[in-house]
Amino acid sequence: MRYLVLLKAARPAAPPPPDLMAAIATLGEDATRAGVLLDTAGLAPSAEGSRLSVTAGQLNTTDGPFAEAKEMISYALYDVRGKAEVEEWTARFMQAHRDLWPGWEGEAEIWRAFGPEDFAPPSS
Amino acid sequence: MRIVGADLEEVRIRLETVWRIESGRIVAVLARLLGGDVGRAEEAAQDTVVVALEQWSIHGIPRDPAPWLMATAKHRAIDVVRRQATYVRKLQEVGRAMESRSGPDEPDMEALEEPIDDDLLRLIFTATHPALPATSRTALTLKVLAGLQTDELARAFLISESTAAQRIVRAKRTLLEQQIRLELPAPAERAERLAAVLEVIYLIFNEGYAATAGEDWTRPDLCAEAVRLGRLLSELVPDEPEVNGLLALMELQSSRLGARIGPGGEAVLLLDQDRTRWDRLLIRRGLARLARAEALGGSLLPYTVQARIAACHARALRAEDTDWQRIAALYTVLSYVLDSPVVELNRAVAVGMAQGPVAGLALLDKVADAKALTGNPQLPAARGELLARSGRSEAARLAFAEAAGLSRNARERDVLARRAAEPAAISARTRPSP
Repeated sequence: MRYLVLLKAARPAAPPPPDLMAAIATLGEDATRAGVLLDTAGLAPSAEGSRLSVTAGQLNTTDGPFAEAKEMISYALYDVRGKAEVEEWTARFMQAHRDLWPGWEGEAEIWRAFGPEDFAPPSS
Repeated sequence: MRIVGADLEEVRIRLETVWRIESGRIVAVLARLLGGDVGRAEEAAQDTVVVALEQWSIHGIPRDPAPWLMATAKHRAIDVVRRQATYVRKLQEVGRAMESRSGPDEPDMEALEEPIDDDLLRLIFTATHPALPATSRTALTLKVLAGLQTDELARAFLISESTAAQRIVRAKRTLLEQQIRLELPAPAERAERLAAVLEVIYLIFNEGYAATAGEDWTRPDLCAEAVRLGRLLSELVPDEPEVNGLLALMELQSSRLGARIGPGGEAVLLLDQDRTRWDRLLIRRGLARLARAEALGGSLLPYTVQARIAACHARALRAEDTDWQRIAALYTVLSYVLDSPVVELNRAVAVGMAQGPVAGLALLDKVADAKALTGNPQLPAARGELLARSGRSEAARLAFAEAAGLSRNARERDVLARRAAEPAAISARTRPSP
């Protein structure tokens, strides 16, 4: 099953500690090696992005930054046996933040991606 | 401390999850500590799981479960070695053998911190050793490298738990009897042994992709285990063309898993599949892997050629866009490097699609005359397909009926029986006109 993990946190004033970056790199290697990590990347500040919305029949484009207190920091796409397994990999990722970046706070959300198997083919 | 049911269930799920992730590494390290004995390593690994379940139920799940499991497993191994050393020493005292024992009986403490990639590779070579019976190779590989427990093996292969356990026991006995230890094959044997590794992974994949028996047409979980093993192997030996070729083949074939089953669970054959349901990410990954296999010089090697054939299908957005000339040519290449009656059968079908059913039927006759596929439902099924395309509906109907009678898979039997009932109608509905 495929899962998208989104990391959300306040955009930090200083770069993350090198130890954390090293731990994240090792974790990424482990997960790739195990055949479960399909893709991952950090996300640039929302100042470099934009938001398109449809409201009351109007399409609007607004440049970043977005006003939210938390931004999307990174994403990871996993191919695992089930939710417990993606939770395990994500727990390791969050524990590394907890242990190697004092005072850091943030949250990771796990979303299952629908696959072709979720949709019945047309019955025609 | 009293354990409530929910907690115990949480412990069990967490342990099972962490175990599946860590199993290969832990068994590999245990095997090295135990002098290369994979059988004893597997037993020590099982002990570790039991200890973990006890300890976690009482004291709670440790803060870092994976290192906890590895440390506990190492302690088990050291205990086993020390106990054996003590036993040997006592024997020696009784026998007045005075030479001091040290070295081989003491675990190599420095080895505890070594990188384990080589051990993992050694473990893969050992679990897939050609001296093991075929069913034991797949079972042992899934047990030690994918962390599947005996009951999960039983479900995966539709066998009883005792049969699954028996396959593991037989594997361990053979390893012991033939004195097969955790080691990399000698250079002269490496190619042959690597082929055995790939064979086991593809056997696991195929059991999931085209289940030979049972009620379900596919068992996607088994395919996913094989793909993960293929990805692991491609990380350990990234420059082997056929390792990349097999991974490309499995990712391309996996891309169709969702489309191979209809709304009622029935089988949907390749040319009838809704191609919008093919998994585009797996196709992209498979094509990239194939490019790597070709760049490494694999273009004429068996798994890479099969991946090239799978890529022909993946690249055709509609069934009628399929480049059958190219597929037929690739099957001819494949028949030179892979001596298999199934390849000959597929080549006959591809030639039939490329050059017309008469040419295909002529090749199919040769396959039938060779007798190697007698009793295999794919042979009459292919004949039925080509006969239907040549307009010989009655002969096609009989061929499909024969195929249905031979199939041991319920879903495959259904689709064959359906075609036996109405070959002309199906042919008109779904087959591209020549």
